[in-house]
Order: sequence, then C-alpha cells, then structure tokens
Amino acid sequence: MNEALQRLGEYTLLMRKTLSIPTRWSMFFKQLIKEIYKLGADSLWIVIIISIFIGTVIAMQISLNISSPLIPKFTIGYTTREIILLEFSSSIMCLILAGKVGSNIASEIGTMRVTEQIDAMEIMGVNSANFLIFPKILGLMIFIPVLVIFSMFTGILGGIAASYADINGMTPSSFEYGLQYYFNSFYIGYSILKSVVYAFIIASIASYFGYNVKGGALDVGKASTNAVVMSSIMILLADVIMTHLMLT
Amino acid sequence: MVEVKHIIKSFDGRVILNDISAIFETGKTNLIIGQSGSGKTVLLKTIIGLLRPDSGQILYDGRNFVGLKKRELNVLRREMGMLFQGSALFDSMTVLENVMFPLDMFSSDPYKEREKRAMFCLERVNLPDAAHLYPSEISGGMMKRAAIARAIALNPMYLFCDEPNSGLDPKTSLLIDDLIHDITKDYKMTTIINTHDMNSVMNIGETIIFIKEGVLEWRGTSDEVISSNNKALNDFVFASDLFRKVKEIEGQEQEKK
Ligand SMILES: Nc1ncnc2c1ncn2[C@@H]1O[C@H](COP(=O)(O)OP(=O)(O)OP(=O)(O)O)[C@@H](O)[C@H]1O
Ligand SMILES: [Mg+2]
Repeated sequence: MNEALQRLGEYTLLMRKTLSIPTRWSMFFKQLIKEIYKLGADSLWIVIIISIFIGTVIAMQISLNISSPLIPKFTIGYTTREIILLEFSSSIMCLILAGKVGSNIASEIGTMRVTEQIDAMEIMGVNSANFLIFPKILGLMIFIPVLVIFSMFTGILGGIAASYADINGMTPSSFEYGLQYYFNSFYIGYSILKSVVYAFIIASIASYFGYNVKGGALDVGKASTNAVVMSSIMILLADVIMTHLMLT
Repeated sequence: MVEVKHIIKSFDGRVILNDISAIFETGKTNLIIGQSGSGKTVLLKTIIGLLRPDSGQILYDGRNFVGLKKRELNVLRREMGMLFQGSALFDSMTVLENVMFPLDMFSSDPYKEREKRAMFCLERVNLPDAAHLYPSEISGGMMKRAAIARAIALNPMYLFCDEPNSGLDPKTSLLIDDLIHDITKDYKMTTIINTHDMNSVMNIGETIIFIKEGVLEWRGTSDEVISSNNKALNDFVFASDLFRKVKEIEGQEQEKK
C-alpha cells in the first residue's frame, strides 16, 4: 500500500514535470512527428491483420452458436458490429498496443536513463521529461484513435468476409442488414474517446516506469514488463469506469 | 573557479562523502582520484547538481549552486559541459545532431549557424568525418570525442569529465587526455576530471585531490604525487603501477609464445 502511494506520488510529479510548455516548439514538433511516424509504421499492419482475423472469427463464432431458428440471422451482423465498435477496436486493441508500444516506450526511456542520456539532458538544463515524454503522450493520443478507426473498418470487413462462408445459413445480405440495424453513431465517438484515454494511460505509465529505472539493463527489462502489466490493469479499470459513466 | 565547502552526502544513512572541501582552479585540469567506489562519481554529480548534498556549499565563481532558483540554475547549467563515463550520446540521433542538440535547445541562431558551430566543435575533436554516423556505428574513443564536442558546443566555462578514459586503450586515453587539456587551456575553462588512471594523473594532473572512502586524504600536483609519504595515496599509486607492470610482463610472455 505504502509503495503504491509512493508510486502514485512519483507518477504525479513526473506528469507535472512532463506537461509543461516546451522550451523549443520546433524541437517539440520534430519529436512529435517522429513518435507518430514510429507508432504508425510499427503498429498499423499488426492492427489491421489482427482486426481482420478477429472480425472474421467473431462472425463465425456467433453464427455457429446461434442455431435457433427463432433468432433472426441478421443478429450475427448486429452483434459482430457491437462487439467490434464497442469493445474490441478500442479496449482490446489498446491492450494489445499496451504490450507492444508500452514495452517499447519503457525500454527506450529506461535505456536512456541507465546510460545517463537523461542525466546528460538535465545537465544541459533541458527538461528531459518534457522533451522525451510529452511528444510520446501526445503522439499516442493523436494516432491511437486513428489506429482504432482502422481496426473498426478492417474488423467489420473481416466479418463480412466470414459471411460469404455460409456457416449455419449466414448470408452476406443478412449480415449487412445486421450491420446497419439500430446503428448508433455515438458508439463510434464513444470508442474513440475511450482510446484517447487509453493512449494517455499507455504512454504515461510506460514512460513513468522507464524514467524511474535504477540500475542496469536487467532493470530496464523488469521496468518494461511492469509497464505492460500496470498499463493493462489501468486500461481495464478505465474501461469499467467509462462504460459505467457513459453507457448506463 | 569552483569551490566546494564541507560537502556531506549520504544514501539511506550510509555516508558516501564526508566533509569534502576543495578548490578547482580556472584554466587548469583538476583531478579527483581514488579507488573504485570511493565516491568520485557521487562527488562529481553533487558538484554539477544531479545529486543534492545533505549539507555544504558549492560555489561557481562565488555563486552558490545549492540555493539557486530554477531560472538561475538553468542559466548556470548552460555554462557547464559534462562528459559522462559512458559518453551518454543520444543514440537516436547522429553525431552531428548530438552536437547540435544543446544549440537547437538554447541558441537562437539560424540553422546554418548552429550547424557551422557544431561542425567546428567536431573538427576541434578531429571527428568531422563521423558527423552523419549514429553512435552505435562508431568506436568508444570516437564516442568520447563526440561527447566532448557536444559538451563544448555552448562554449561552457566549466567542464566535467567522469572517467574520460575508462574502456579505452592507453594510446587513445592519452589522446583524449591531451584533448581535454588543450581545450581547457584554449577556452580557459575550469575542468574537473574523475579518474583512477595513473597515466592521466601523471599527464594532466595540474591539481589533484585524492579521495578514500569519502574522505579527502590528500591534495597536491602530479609532481608531488610520487614523492608523497601519505600511506593511502602510496597504496593507490603503487597498486596501479604494479598492475601496469604485471600487464607488461604478461604481454612480453605472450609475444614469446
Ligand atoms: N544513487 C545511489 N544510491 C545509493 N548508493 C549509491 C548511489 N550512487 C552511488 N552509491 C554508492 O556510493 C559509493 C561510491 O560510488 P561512486 O560511484 O561515487 O564510486 P566511484 O568512485 O565513482 O567508483 P568508480 O571508479 O567505480 O566509478 C558506492 O559504494 C555506491 O554504492
Ligand atoms: Mg565513477
């Protein structure tokens, strides 16, 4: 408990140091572009591939499990859409990204800490947290929602692909009808909003664990594991809270 | 001139620096020597403000570092250059970008001017050819030189070096030592160097303080280091001398085979 409070305190202090006005905007934007590019180049394909497959599998599973003639076939498309839009493309996708991007950030910053690169910045009078962490947080908050939109599209496409496989009488036209059935565009905004929060969680927590590494290369590895575990827990927690606040 | 007065620093109740007072002179290479674990790095980090002393004063030409406000501190920081034990080059940037980094951050000159200044510093350390390489693509000695170029980019008044020749072969060590020495003279900097290398001590030890287990044992110059009767210092000097001899004999034997 004591340790948890101490960590919370350290985290808050680091965020205060991070979220300040950059010394040089030109340098800040350069870093921001770099971060977005890195994230985009690294994660776009994995997001697309995972989304297509999961979309396909969700549609197949549902259609396999709904065999009762009382339930109309368009339910399959409807349910697939709801799962992808509400939970999969935001929450689950961000859990996956927490593993990939979070460990990346933690080990990058952690390595800079143990090789004294952060000290070198501080000694020049540069606010290292602001320079290193702020562009990461903002970059993720800008680009993760874009990835989420990609994931929604490709996930639905995966579902449509499955509908051509003719499992248990599922047809493309019934699937399509289900996709449009009772469509509430608020859900898309809601999902994107969630992903912005998750992006902040991933970037800030991973940075915190990296920034506070003490020791050597081994500790960098530990920090990146801890970062992934902690940000995953926080994403799930935030998911529960936001679902409660916005949908009930 | 940098002066430290009665510095005490402890970690978790363990005293690492015990009442250290010393003067580091302008235009000279001032050495801090001592065994591994004696507290050299902690002393240097305390002087540059990466660590906060429990008590004591650190005066930069009369300005007390410990009590400075953030704004004044940042001004002073720009007058300091530091060479870290592992070079601490930013590995996501090229050598040139590394040297330009402090200029990008703090100089309002146009890009061309900043680049020119950075290239000038790289030429000073004899490294203009490596400008567009990444730190992972150059040797340890080149990394040290690049780090020196970065440290002097903003024309600092104070230069700090933590074991500038650790991990380098004797010849490269000598080059780095001479480079630091020449730069100190050229720009009239106050240079403070941590080392346990006896070659450096003899070569560039204009003023020397010897630290043992956090206590200042001895102070003097390179001429006095050999003739001193201080027991602890003799142990230190002799140990490294012996070490070198053993190495020499080993080397000769290997050649015979
Ligand atoms: N952040 C820290 N927390 C706790 N103890 C520390 C810390 N930094 C250094 N120490 C301790 O202070 C002592 C002196 O360490 P220091 O790094 O100053 O030695 P050194 O003289 O630079 O040695 P070397 O020549 O190997 O670099 C060591 O016993 C070390 O364990
Ligand atoms: Mg040291």
